[in-house]
This record gives sequence, structure tokens and C-alpha cells, in this order.
Amino acid sequence: MEKILRDKKAIFLFVFPAFFVFVVIVLLPIVVSIYYSLLDWDGISKGIFIGLKNYKDLFIRNTDGFILAVRNSFILALLSVFIQLPISLFLALVLSREVKGEKFYRTVYFIPVILSTVVIGQLWMKIYNPDYGLLNFLLTKIGLQSLTNQWLGNPKTALMAVFVPIVWQYIGYHMLLMYTSAKSIPTDIYEAAKIDGATESQIAFKITIPLMKPMLKVCVTFAVIGSFKTFDLIYVLTNGGPLHASEVPSTLMYNMIFFRYRYGYGSAMAVFIVAEALIGTLIIQKLFANDDAN
Amino acid sequence: MTLIKGGGKVNNINIEKQSNKGSKKIGYYILEIFLIIWAVIQLYPLFWLFLFSVKDNNEIFGGNIIGFPHIWRWSNYAVAFSSGNVGKYFLNSVIVTGLTIAISSILIAASAYAIVRMKWKYSKLVLTIFLMGLMVPIHATLLPLFMILQRLGLLNSYAALIIPYVAFAIPMGIFILTGYLNTIPIELEESAFLDGCSIYKSFYYIIIPLIMPALATIAIFTYLSAWNELMFANTFVNDDAIKTLTVGIMSLAGEYQTDWGPIGAGLVIATVPTVIIYIIFSEQVQKSLVVGAVKG
Repeated sequence: MEKILRDKKAIFLFVFPAFFVFVVIVLLPIVVSIYYSLLDWDGISKGIFIGLKNYKDLFIRNTDGFILAVRNSFILALLSVFIQLPISLFLALVLSREVKGEKFYRTVYFIPVILSTVVIGQLWMKIYNPDYGLLNFLLTKIGLQSLTNQWLGNPKTALMAVFVPIVWQYIGYHMLLMYTSAKSIPTDIYEAAKIDGATESQIAFKITIPLMKPMLKVCVTFAVIGSFKTFDLIYVLTNGGPLHASEVPSTLMYNMIFFRYRYGYGSAMAVFIVAEALIGTLIIQKLFANDDAN
Repeated sequence: MTLIKGGGKVNNINIEKQSNKGSKKIGYYILEIFLIIWAVIQLYPLFWLFLFSVKDNNEIFGGNIIGFPHIWRWSNYAVAFSSGNVGKYFLNSVIVTGLTIAISSILIAASAYAIVRMKWKYSKLVLTIFLMGLMVPIHATLLPLFMILQRLGLLNSYAALIIPYVAFAIPMGIFILTGYLNTIPIELEESAFLDGCSIYKSFYYIIIPLIMPALATIAIFTYLSAWNELMFANTFVNDDAIKTLTVGIMSLAGEYQTDWGPIGAGLVIATVPTVIIYIIFSEQVQKSLVVGAVKG
């Protein structure tokens, strides 16, 4: 039997196809991107090696709004952590404590997560439509006509207008992760706390939330990293406009590469996004680890 | 002494409970109302989408923005299908997603099996390399992949989407399946080998049926990411004959910019399969997305 399980040919046949596809399509391009980011290259003529100049252009005397785009993605990260996650947490805590219709609510809250971002984007475009959209219509109906706005067309509101659906879409996702975690806590702990006279909010803050910490770490990481990488909804809704008001690093990268043919410079942005995501993950891990130590 | 103390406590709680009952009930109703309002917030936009997909512009622009349509114009769906190409996009999405799930399942099952069950020096290392893929954002691979596909002459083909989708499905699939395989006892395979069964037969007849639940979880995960994917689909394909629904809907929306009905119909058509899958397998869908998150 040992011999069967050590069959080199079988191992190769089983592993190689997946490994080859994975390395060529997922890992290798990262290395290639780093290489591209060191070039001045329009994709047609031969690239010229320029070292770290693209990175310098990103951060020193930047003129194309990259810094602003990074700032925007940080704002989204903050909104996700301080607005999206608390809502998710509240819903998860409520649903995990045996509410009537628990399964129904959980199922409904999760629906936006599984929908295509293009569908969600097009739908919100209609909601924001200045003339016939749901939002302006409702504002007019309740007498707040003065607040009606060209939500996506106005540089002042575009950023928040694209962030709302992003935050909205994934509330259900985080809720489900937290719910799963809250449900895995043995119920006798709750019963003991109740016998000791703890109120529901005391139970939530003193017992459930501390025990959910590993999952909260996952949620914070996903929320932050997801914000750094966000692309789809912004691309559909505004493509970073108007006047770069809703630009994030990935939309800028996309336009730089595929519309302005600055392959090297765009690749530097791509590498930045990867690095930012990795560093962000490490920092969050560290923050939660420190917290444990205290 | 302690006993008496404990007893006193219990009594206190009982008294407290009674006096709190009224306010607790009110709190519960407030909570319930909140949950219902939140459900409406999550669902209403979709319902509204459905409503405007069966209206025509005269009605929407004439002031009936949120109400039920006066005339249900199912013909919008016919328009989306025929002149909007939604039928073709839909078929393309089915082909791309279907093949992605089929191919990735085979690759994932085979490699996870060899990593967990078979004995070779580099199994741990190979697993680690696969799992590194969980961290890779697709952004960083976009341009290099574009160049590779261009050089291979694969842009504007199903393969331009299927190959990357399969590759990006592999890390998550291997993560889920190696975990699952470790929970399956090896005795069945052992006795099969003693009976002279080959490794390939054991994989096909014993392992595949046993790992079906995990493969289903992986398939749902892969379905959602492939069916909804935008960045690759938007970059690697611009031929109308190959476009998938996500990109197709975008061009449809560009074409019928001012004609809400057909766009709405297209969006509904793109959403229906996912919603049907979700209604049938809601527990399974939720589980597969949670499993994906708890990676360590």
C-alpha cells in the first residue's frame, strides 16, 4: 500500500495540472507586474528600464490624483470598519439570540452579497438618477426637495454616493460571519450569565463579543483589504469621476493601463495595491495580537 | 452560607424579571420592527428593479416611479433578449461558469487528494504555495495576464476567461478540500488497495463520492465568483459574441441609456439564476462563503 501511495507518476498526474495553471496564472503575474513597474512602457514599443521612478511619481509631486485615490480608499476602509461592521455586528448579535424568524432575516440580509456588482451598480445608478431616481423622488415626497441632487454627477457627493452601495452590499456578509461565530459559543455560558442576572447588552459586551474576537479580526481584515482593492461598483457607477472625485487606486490603475497605455506606471499602482493589502493585513493581525496580550 | 447567598440571588432575579417584563417586551417589539425595516432596506431595491423592468419610459417619466405598473410590459424582456443580446450573454455566462466549475473541480479534487493522502516529500510545500494564492488580489495579475493571453491569441475567447477563473478558484478549493479530506477515515481506501484496487480507481470510485459535499461548497463559491466577475471579463473580452452577462449588461445599459425597461429586464435576467440557486441552497450558499472566510 505504501508503494501505491508513493507512486510518483500518479502524484505528478494528480498535482501537476493544477499546480501549473496556478503558478502560471496566479503567482507568476505578480512577479511580472513588479518587473513591469520598473519600466517606462506603452505596451507597443520596447520598455525602458527606469528603476523606481514610477514609484517616485506615485508619491512625490504626484499630479494624477493617486494620493487622493489612496485617501479615498482609506475613507472607505474607515466607513467599512466603523459603520458597516457595527451594523453587521448588531444584526448578528440580535439574530444569534433566537429571534422569531431568525432564518428568514439571515437569508434576506445576505441576498445583496450574492448579486453581481454590475447588477447592483446599475440598480443604484437608477436609484441615484437625478430626474426619475428613487432617492430624489422620495426626498421630494417627504418635502426635502432642497436636498435633491445629481448624486453621482456632483463631485461633492459622488464619493459618498458610490460608497453607500459598497457598504450596503457587504453588511450581510459580515453579519453572517459574525453570526456563525456567535452561534458557535456554547449556550450554557449564556444561561449561567442570565442566572447571575446579566442583561442582554451585558451578555453581548462582556461575553459574546470578546469570544467572537477571532472572527472580528477576520471581518476587520476583509473590510479593510476589500476597501483597498475596491473596483467593481465604482467602475460601474462613476469610473472614478466626476473630475476624479470618486477615484480609488484600482480605477486609476485600470484607466492608466487600458486607456492611457502607461503600462509601467499602472503596474506600479497594481504593486502598490498588493503591498498595501499585505501590510494592512499584518498591521491588523498585530493590533489584534497586542490586544490579546493586554 | 454560600447556599443561602445563591438562593437570595435567584429570588432577586425573579423579582427583577417580573418588573422588567413590560419594558423587555417593548424592547423586543422595537427590535423586531428594526429587523423588519432592515429586511425592507435589503429587499426593496430589488423589488423596485423588478417593477421598473415591466414599465415603459412614459410611465416612469410620467411620475409612476415607485408604484406598480399600470400595464405590465413583459415585452421589455423580449426586447432585452432579442435586440439586447441578453440571451447570448446569458448562454456565454453559463458556458464560462459551467466549464470553470467542471475543470476546477477536477483539478482541485486531484491535487488535494495527492496532497493529503499520498506520500511525497514536497506535499507540505506545494500546499503552502497553493494557499499563498488566497492572498493574491486579481489587480496585480491583470496586465501580465492580458499580455500572456494576447501573445497566445486567446483574447476574445471563452478560454480567456475560463483559464483565469479556474486558476483563481484553485487556492480556495484546495483550502476547503484538504481540510475536508483530513476528516475522512482512510480505512475504506486501505481495504480497497488490499483488494488490488489502483490509486486511480480508488480516487474515482471511493474518494470522489465521499468528497461530493465539499465539492458542492467549492462549486457554489466558484459559481458566485465566476458568474459575477467583472474586471477580467471586461478586459479580456470585447467581442459581443463572447461577452458574459456582467459585461454584456454594461454595454446594454450604455445602449439603452434612457430606456429603463429593457435594462431592468436584463438586470433581472442576470440575477434570476443566482436567486434561484440561493433559494434552493440558501444554507449551503451561506456555508460556502463562511468556510471561505475562516482560513486561519
